Amino acid sequence: MKLKELSVGVLLLAGLLPSGAVTLEELASRMDKMEEKLQAYEARFGPLEESATPGVVAGPPQPSSYNSPKGGLPVASGAEVLDASYGVGGGGYSGGSSWFENTTLGGYGEMHLNLGDKEQIDFHRWVLFLSHRFNDRISLHSELEVEHSLAGDGKNGEVEIEQAYIEMQLGRGMQAKAGLFLLPVGIINETHEPTTFFGTERNPIESEIIPSTWWEGGIGLSQTLENGLSWDVAVHSGLNVPTMGSDAYRIRSGRQKVSEAPAMEPAVTGRLRYTGVPGLDVSVFGQFQNDITQMAGTEDNAAVFWGAAASYQRGGFGLRGLYGAWDIDGDSVAMMDLDSQYGYYIEPSYTWTLDQGNRVGVFGRYNHYDAAKGDLAQYDLGLNYWPIDNVVFKADYSHIDQDGKDTEDIFNFGVGYSF
Amino acid sequence: MIRVLLALAWMVAASPGAQTVYQKPSEFIAGNFGGRLPEARAVKLSAAHQAMMKRFLGHSYQPSTIRYWAVGGTFVVILEEIGKTQPITTGFVVKGGRIEEVKVLIYRESHGSEVSRSSFTRQFRKAGLGADGKLDRRVDGIAGATLSVRALTGLARVALYLDRVSPK
Repeated sequence: MKLKELSVGVLLLAGLLPSGAVTLEELASRMDKMEEKLQAYEARFGPLEESATPGVVAGPPQPSSYNSPKGGLPVASGAEVLDASYGVGGGGYSGGSSWFENTTLGGYGEMHLNLGDKEQIDFHRWVLFLSHRFNDRISLHSELEVEHSLAGDGKNGEVEIEQAYIEMQLGRGMQAKAGLFLLPVGIINETHEPTTFFGTERNPIESEIIPSTWWEGGIGLSQTLENGLSWDVAVHSGLNVPTMGSDAYRIRSGRQKVSEAPAMEPAVTGRLRYTGVPGLDVSVFGQFQNDITQMAGTEDNAAVFWGAAASYQRGGFGLRGLYGAWDIDGDSVAMMDLDSQYGYYIEPSYTWTLDQGNRVGVFGRYNHYDAAKGDLAQYDLGLNYWPIDNVVFKADYSHIDQDGKDTEDIFNFGVGYSF
Repeated sequence: MIRVLLALAWMVAASPGAQTVYQKPSEFIAGNFGGRLPEARAVKLSAAHQAMMKRFLGHSYQPSTIRYWAVGGTFVVILEEIGKTQPITTGFVVKGGRIEEVKVLIYRESHGSEVSRSSFTRQFRKAGLGADGKLDRRVDGIAGATLSVRALTGLARVALYLDRVSPK
């Protein structure tokens, strides 16, 4: 091993240097550490001096006609060294020791074109994920988003931090988090890459009833069990819903986005979820906040939110459904007939896998809510085409019937990606 | 609120310092070879092999030298693929060109750990690699764990491919 010999030589040479720089004990310790690192490297990536005959197949491989040379490359790997190379047993994370090797990037984006009763083109979201693993237990997850392409005074868009939290692994499938994170409610609030759902625009229920994307600042605990059950609980900053104007008691307008936000009234959110059957995901979730207006000296508008969601995928057939409801205390909100707000949708779909792994799927969705924005019924019909899993093209039609407004017929087209 | 914070702080401080390790890689390997850890071998992926990796995963596989353990017709390999932002370390056992077992060994993602359950990984049993490069058995996904499901499905195809091309 050239590296080994070189290492020993360097260390011996260092030992001949005047004392005061390095002691023999320190040299021995360093040699031990280098040897351990070398063994871990070889166990993970193979020997430093490989055979001149790599175990490869010449020419383009075809599944039915592979031929391989005899042999292979023996690799020494004891159990401890082997486990350490995957970050088990105190050997550190397998991704590497440099900060950039423990840092990962991801992202998604989507552009929408609306035609018909609404004519608009919009690069709706551009998102970048940045995660960093400090060690086996502690990691950072963050997400930066630019909405509507252009942000600034008088512009349509916003630059937002949607996630930035520290996560700690506690063992037995339990995790703790602290910082700014997505709340565990609904279907698309936590997983909303455009490649993972049908429809160019997100469904209106997870906008008006569940104000997705909904993030708050606080602390949370969660645990995933082998039997298919998982639970989440979080204590976090609460909504700050306006009490006057056209958006009075509109849940979506109560998001503070953790931006120098009032913190007099925290909220608590919980979720119980079952995914023990392949293709099935069922959850119930709820939230309580003592006063969602956070206004001192006035009546408390205590609010209870609860909901349930189910997704089922079997072969090409898919079915999603969600229900959510708010119950808000207080005379003022009752007088406006907004003390009870609810909504639901159901979405059947079918997806075909074509040659080369590309897919096409069709869906229909019925949405209905009765909330601060009025009483709405919306019918969606359309298709998604995935040339690869990371890219989607969408085309769909929406018929929107809202009390007090003209009906709208909108054709939506979109392109999205995630990586 | 303060009580909850203190309770959480205590739980974090009292934690034994574990990560989500469902099974040590060495135990997974030895468990498939009668409790013995056989000598590891390695296959270096050529450009042609990496082209297949791109077909299975959408990108080449790194590192390009992959260890495996093969004795008496049993092929074991441990692979890693990023779901959303973190690698999922997964063990595969292949016999006779078909998957015998899939086991998530180490899970690091913040969402999608449902793929580690046996009720999900059981679906891969007896799956082979079709002439079109796809699994010949249907694997139902998990809503909310789409990216992790995609990662494991891609790795299963890689494992079956490596079983074919690795020197035994």
